[in-house]
Amino acid sequence: MKKVFYSKKVAPFVFILPFVLTVIIFWLLPVVKSVVMSFQDVHPGANTWVGFKNFRRLLGDRIFVIAVNNTVKFTIGMLLLLIPIPMMLACVVNSTIMKHTKIFRTIYFIPALTSVVVAGTIFRLILGESDTALMNRILIFFGHDPVKWLKKPGTGYFALLILACWRWIGVNMMYYIAGLQNISRDLYESAAIDGASGWKQFTKISVPLLKPTTTYVLTISINAGLAMFVESYMLYKGNNSPKNIGLTIVGYLYRQGIEKNAMGYASAVGILLMLIVLVINMIQLTLSGFFKKEDA
Amino acid sequence: MKNPSILARKILGYLLLFLIALFIIIPIYALFIASFKDGTDMVQNGINLKIVLSEMNLDNYAMLFSKAALRYWVWYKNSMILVFVQVALTLIVSALVAYGFAAYDFPFKNFFFFFVLLIMSIPFEIIMLPLYQQINEMKMADTYSAIFLPFLANASTIFFFRQYIIGIPREIIEAGRIDGATEYGIFFRLIIPIMKPSFAAMAILNGMNSWNNVLWPLLVLRTDQKFTLPIGLNTLVTPYGNNYDLLIVGSFFAIIPIVTLYLCFQKYFIEGMTAGSVKG
Repeated sequence: MKKVFYSKKVAPFVFILPFVLTVIIFWLLPVVKSVVMSFQDVHPGANTWVGFKNFRRLLGDRIFVIAVNNTVKFTIGMLLLLIPIPMMLACVVNSTIMKHTKIFRTIYFIPALTSVVVAGTIFRLILGESDTALMNRILIFFGHDPVKWLKKPGTGYFALLILACWRWIGVNMMYYIAGLQNISRDLYESAAIDGASGWKQFTKISVPLLKPTTTYVLTISINAGLAMFVESYMLYKGNNSPKNIGLTIVGYLYRQGIEKNAMGYASAVGILLMLIVLVINMIQLTLSGFFKKEDA
Repeated sequence: MKNPSILARKILGYLLLFLIALFIIIPIYALFIASFKDGTDMVQNGINLKIVLSEMNLDNYAMLFSKAALRYWVWYKNSMILVFVQVALTLIVSALVAYGFAAYDFPFKNFFFFFVLLIMSIPFEIIMLPLYQQINEMKMADTYSAIFLPFLANASTIFFFRQYIIGIPREIIEAGRIDGATEYGIFFRLIIPIMKPSFAAMAILNGMNSWNNVLWPLLVLRTDQKFTLPIGLNTLVTPYGNNYDLLIVGSFFAIIPIVTLYLCFQKYFIEGMTAGSVKG
């Protein structure tokens, strides 16, 4: 017995055993159960099979459509802001003509260290309704009327987006800084000698050579956008926002599963979201050539 | 080097850096100013950057260190303990698993490793509901083990360690075998000491995530005595705003340990952060 345990054939399995156990107990089992429940009406002690009823109901659910709409809009907004800006910032911070950039790098990263509870509270108070809240003071200063930021769809969307940007700009910039370390300085130097402008160097050298990093950042941003929940939860002091303007797919899953205890229906939401995430990841990785071996 | 275009680029660059820095700092500064003001008032009026000395005092700070805020320090202690236990266990377990993947060839290795990648690419929010049910069925609700056990074999940490171990020369392992060390002896005596720098990076990254973790503890924890800091702070967010005094200073103190850690170990932080993006 002891001999088996110490053999070179068995050892790797002993090493990976904790992972295998974790995956089975805390991952596969729950997911399988969730798939099963999505085809059931779940009541304590008496689950009944209902076929595709939960999924059919989902497609006709007006609130779910709102949640999907919000989530997609939010994800797109995040991609439009949180890829180009951090990329540019990284190039500026990394540029040889800039000095004292370390302090900026440090500052940009601080929000990532701040709990979303704290961040949500700050932004809720900055975006308060009264004339004295910071954002409204700025508006009034520029001669605009104060706005009820968190109560209207447009400004509510803006609030959520700005909170997400505040939290993630520094993180995404770090990824790009790491990516830039793999690009030779000589490239920029010879381009400068040839008379290429800063903008040309950025678009012709940095952007194309940063493609692997962009693929990675794109993947995690899409995932984060689709799974977005806590930001909205903290900004709105809970899972309820006026006319559901801050409701996301995960928020809806939380509402159905935890708040309304409709586990079957919530499972259907979860399964659908998981499929969406997997499909988008596959498409995105295929398009960006991740599966091609020669693309090293 | 008296090129006007370089000067223009410099000015533009600094302008961009300052603008974004302002955007990052203003909210934190607003929180700082607010910590000297009356909490009830804040719910009504929001917060701004105006310094009105007559309205400002140290009451909130005095309160934070008085008996009234005792539960805040219980949460603080809970968070500290949880971070410590979670990080220590996660690192050991993930390193073990990573070594298994990196140092051996065994049947179905790719099949198992596929799950590492799969779990990395699926957001936690999607499995939180079935996982929550699982925890309830296992009678683990309201325990700390429910918070960290599902993430002990942490996929992205495993991935990072695996990359690191692959870079270690195989000769070291072979030499260990020739010297008569067991497979496990090799890992604990030879590999772990070499992995130290990667441990630092992952310790900090996991520590940061654990310290700020909200969603999962929010589901798992139920009793006030067991709350972690973010969960406790979250309970202070009520519509009445009677707790905002504690919430605002409490939030400020919650940032301090992790920012200190960051400032001391910035280098490792960045290494850990960028770990996932290294494809190999």
